[in-house]
Amino acid sequence: MSTHTEDVIQAHGATIPAFAKVWFTLLALTGVEVFLAYEQVPTIIMLTALLGLSIVKAALIIAYFMHLKFERLSLFLTLFPMLICCILLMLIFLGDAARLPGMRPGA
Amino acid sequence: MSSQVSAVASTSQWEGGQSPYATNSKKFGMWLFIVSDSLTFTALLFAYTYCRVATPNWPTPFHFSPSIIFSSVMTFCLLTSSLTMVMAVHSMNQGKRRAAAGWLLGTMAGGGAFVVLHLNEWLNLINNEHVTIFDNPWGIPLFGGTFFSLTGLHMTHVVIGLIYLAIICQAVVRGKFKAEDVEVAGLYWHFVDLVWMFIFPLVYLMSAKL
Repeated sequence: MSTHTEDVIQAHGATIPAFAKVWFTLLALTGVEVFLAYEQVPTIIMLTALLGLSIVKAALIIAYFMHLKFERLSLFLTLFPMLICCILLMLIFLGDAARLPGMRPGA
Repeated sequence: MSSQVSAVASTSQWEGGQSPYATNSKKFGMWLFIVSDSLTFTALLFAYTYCRVATPNWPTPFHFSPSIIFSSVMTFCLLTSSLTMVMAVHSMNQGKRRAAAGWLLGTMAGGGAFVVLHLNEWLNLINNEHVTIFDNPWGIPLFGGTFFSLTGLHMTHVVIGLIYLAIICQAVVRGKFKAEDVEVAGLYWHFVDLVWMFIFPLVYLMSAKL
């Protein structure tokens, strides 16, 4: 069965040129990130852009390099909605962090 | 009616004896580890972000040259090592063990270069900027604590990955291990790369100074 699974994945997996394209895209997106840092754009724009680009890069790595695009949907649905939910729950701390500077003595 | 039910049950993916994910248990185990480890890194990134948002005058010690240039080269090394890892898995799937071992060595070279550059970057911070895990010239010790914890845990993962790949590589050369074992090692290596895709912009680029 394992051999059969490998055959199926091999048949539907990405080709070497596709992997090379993903690698070039990742390098290009990294270049854009470094350019934004060099230009010293405003913090909020910078943070939004960097997070957006990082999520795109992460998605490319997971989909192609980690092969999840070619796995069953059930594997993705088992692993990722829970992970994303837990990560989003951690955002609850950031409101507290934003209030702290104003609560310091003499602020 | 009962024959219809038994017919449906016999074709169900959940009845046992067949993986509902059409994947082997090693790979699924690695995916579970990756998900749990992702939450560890997320918690550390949130701790760093929390401290940064809550602290006025957070230090920005990363000069464009050499820190940002160094960390960009480190990113290039990791991304390239991910590509060579993909090639190693591809070669193993085609039964080309020697080629796979070569690609694995290339991957280890990329990871090794990353570790050397990262240690150099750490030494630059420690010796020239006088940043340690408990103290720094700006009087914000949380910077060193969160920075070294986050990047230190990542570097530990890279070093463990290098040892893991070395074990896999020698086994591949000796004709042991199957393609799926190399693929599982690849999952771990790509995860290490993936984590850096968040550490690099959020820690380095957001604290860049021209």
